[in-house]
Amino acid sequence: MPMRDMIRRLLFSMPMVCAAVVALGIAGAAAQEGNVGEARPWQMGFQDAFSPVMQEIHQFHALLLVIITTIVVLVLALLGFIIVRFNAKRNPVPSKTSHNTLLEVVWTIVPVIVLVVIAIPSLKLLYHSGRTPQADLTLKVTGHQWYWTYNYPDQGDFSFDSIPIPEGDLKPGQPRLLAVDNPVVVPVGATVQVLVNSDDVIHSWAVPSLGLKKDATPGRTNETWFRADVPGVFYGMCSELCGVNHYFMPIEVHALPKAEFDAWVEKAKEQFATNSHSPVRLAANGSQDAAR
Amino acid sequence: MAHGAAVAHGEHEHHPTGWKRWVYSTNHKDIGTMYIVLSMIAALVGGLMSWAIRLELAEPGIQFIHDTHFYNVLVTAHGFIMVFFVVMPAMIGGFGNWFVPLMIGAPDMAFPRMNNISFWLTAAGFILLMLSAVVGEGPGTGWTVYPPLSSIAFHPGPSVDFGILALHVAGAGSILGAINFIVTIFNMRAPGMTMHRMPLFVWSILVTAFLLLLALPVLAGALTMLLTDRNFGTHFYEVAGGGDPLLWQHLFWFFGHPEVYIIILPAFGIISQIVSTFAKKPVFGYLGMAYAMVSIGVVGFVVWAHHMFMTGIGVNARAYFTVATLIIAVPTGIKIFSWLATMWGGSIEFKAPMLYAMGFIWLFVMGGVTGVVLANGGIDTAFHDTYYVVAHFHYVMAIAAIFAMFGAWYYWIGKMTGRQYPEGLARVQFWVFFIGVNVLFFPQHFLGLAGMPRRIPDYPDVYAGWNFVSSIGAAITMAGTLLFYYVVFHTLASGRKAASNPWGEGATTLEWTVPSPAPFHTHEEMPVIAGGGHGHSHGHGMPRPAE
Ligand code: HEM
Ligand SMILES: [Cu+2]
Ligand SMILES: [Cu+2]
Repeated sequence: MPMRDMIRRLLFSMPMVCAAVVALGIAGAAAQEGNVGEARPWQMGFQDAFSPVMQEIHQFHALLLVIITTIVVLVLALLGFIIVRFNAKRNPVPSKTSHNTLLEVVWTIVPVIVLVVIAIPSLKLLYHSGRTPQADLTLKVTGHQWYWTYNYPDQGDFSFDSIPIPEGDLKPGQPRLLAVDNPVVVPVGATVQVLVNSDDVIHSWAVPSLGLKKDATPGRTNETWFRADVPGVFYGMCSELCGVNHYFMPIEVHALPKAEFDAWVEKAKEQFATNSHSPVRLAANGSQDAAR
Repeated sequence: MAHGAAVAHGEHEHHPTGWKRWVYSTNHKDIGTMYIVLSMIAALVGGLMSWAIRLELAEPGIQFIHDTHFYNVLVTAHGFIMVFFVVMPAMIGGFGNWFVPLMIGAPDMAFPRMNNISFWLTAAGFILLMLSAVVGEGPGTGWTVYPPLSSIAFHPGPSVDFGILALHVAGAGSILGAINFIVTIFNMRAPGMTMHRMPLFVWSILVTAFLLLLALPVLAGALTMLLTDRNFGTHFYEVAGGGDPLLWQHLFWFFGHPEVYIIILPAFGIISQIVSTFAKKPVFGYLGMAYAMVSIGVVGFVVWAHHMFMTGIGVNARAYFTVATLIIAVPTGIKIFSWLATMWGGSIEFKAPMLYAMGFIWLFVMGGVTGVVLANGGIDTAFHDTYYVVAHFHYVMAIAAIFAMFGAWYYWIGKMTGRQYPEGLARVQFWVFFIGVNVLFFPQHFLGLAGMPRRIPDYPDVYAGWNFVSSIGAAITMAGTLLFYYVVFHTLASGRKAASNPWGEGATTLEWTVPSPAPFHTHEEMPVIAGGGHGHSHGHGMPRPAE
């Protein structure tokens, strides 16, 4: 790949990228009436949090960010001081110190303390996100190459496929590589138990703004949970390499107020009636998390 | 290679010439050179692949890799090549072979013929890996090769089998090499070169060799099971036959996590040598440094499932792997603070190797702190399989290792070839490369935080901005890399003659007591190391050089 070509290509594409980004920014702002779980152009942090777990992830990351930034700044400051003070010009005669037991004890103990400070909220988050509370509803998710199937065992056991919308068929407002024909719908404020499984290779069901990610592995049913705190649309992408269309296997979650959700269920039961006996295979050999 | 008066015993210079000198070589220096050449060739291939990837990712939409399977093949091959055929050969086979015997006062490796076969197995592995991309559909599995994607049903062609054989063969070469290093270091140290006086580079290779010896057979076992699943109807990973894909992940990462230390430990050793040399001070906290490496190696074997937080392993298991992983930060911190303390009070000359050592410390700290973030099973939900991870491991392992390799190359090239690199050009090369990799990988943290998955040839348009910046960084990195190859060419073609010790008082290890270039045979009469502190051989009493 000649470098010249690459640079030329990059330089030519700069105005295009900028224009696209600005346009997106405007479109994004326009869409902000409802809650949208999606990244923004030039975003540097997490997506907004719309579930309790994602909120905790935000908080824990705020703590971590302070700690890691302090460490990086400390090391940079020391490096800077060393460069200025201990260069050969300024300090022609090197010292010969090679031990300082106190110092060595300090830089062993202080990190241990910092790690304890990290570990406590870390384990709290882990156990909170890792154990499903009393659930209001169960959602079964099955990964296929390259779409998801959703099943509602408590609502009459209907199932439907959630197929990615190709670029040419997108309606205005539908983001590329993220929109699907039939999004998965949940009631706002309900605790949803999610059982994730796969039909072929490993996929991973992930929705960043809801703090969700769980591998869909053939032969096992993995459990996770979430609660959408507000009505909105939350996007995610398959997060385990699963073949040629791995990049185009989106997840779209809609959270609706309870009444609207119930209405949707009634409609969905009819619409997807023909699917209701399509086998959503939850393989027998092990509900790993669920067993706990 | 003519050494004239530098070598007293002319008859030792007799060695085969022409192709026989290299193909049949049992000489640790020639074999080391061949490893370095292999690595430099592989780096061009692996590097070109990564730039093709970044070019594809420069803008949203599929640009020119319309076959997205081929994109996956590129990602896979890039990962494999960089890990197994760039970093490992250069660090262990290359610099390890060259300088472990020189540093401990041994005339050669313990098993010179085994050394030869180690190299050629590695080279054969590289060829098999290249073949895997052209036979059949190419392996589009990622370097982690997770079944069922890697099973016969989803990769029916022979390419995954070729990939498996490539790793088998290269792995066998590495295991033999590891045995060679362990025996050499335990048995062939010169009188007075006690374990606690060994230079830290030798310590790092020793620990690495043990990791190789213990981790690679596990990979080999896992690969064999995959091979028989694919070809002979076994069901180790096949759900339909009662197998479990997670078995592969456990075995792979039981190897894979130590593997990242296999890559970075020799870098630790190299950085310690360089920092001490250019600060003109002995390594600070030598024993702490040596045993930090040992403890990193040991703990590195019990943290593997931090790569598997999303796979559905139980919450208690995740809690254990979180805590165990966090613990590694302690010896890692000891390393960083000890390097800083070694520089503290020094009289530092910022020659190219030292620039690379300081650049290494920056990269390693950056990647280290994001490692502390990723260690937490709870928050890994947000990060797993996103670009945050790509940024993390390139900082902490991949690019950090490349910095150590560049540093080592500048540091030792005078000894290896008798020619010194051009200092001004080398410093320019450092700055271009340093700026390049940071522009390339720093924005990927933002992409990962915002939720962009890894291993995708196209991404939602919102991620366009930072991806574009990252690709600009890739272009700068490429310029820095090509400049490096030019520096290599310049050095070999017209570099100044190197003195036996070009670095002065700070360079206290034994390789600086032999002429430059190091004669074909060195330390045939054992040097005697008298007195001296930890890790620097002639602190008080000069060792008697080879003659
Ligand atoms: C020279 C500059 C380099 C560039 C521009 C570069 C770029 C990349 C890119 C674009 C990816 C794909 C990320 C993705 O799609 O998920 C990647 C993956 C990877 N790189 Fe690099 N890389 C470089 C150096 C290295 C080095 C030196 C190493 C090794 C030690 C390395 C090891 C890996 C690995 C293991 C992967 C993961 C492959 C996989 O997902 O299966 N890279 N790199
Ligand atoms: Cu996928
Ligand atoms: Cu690991």
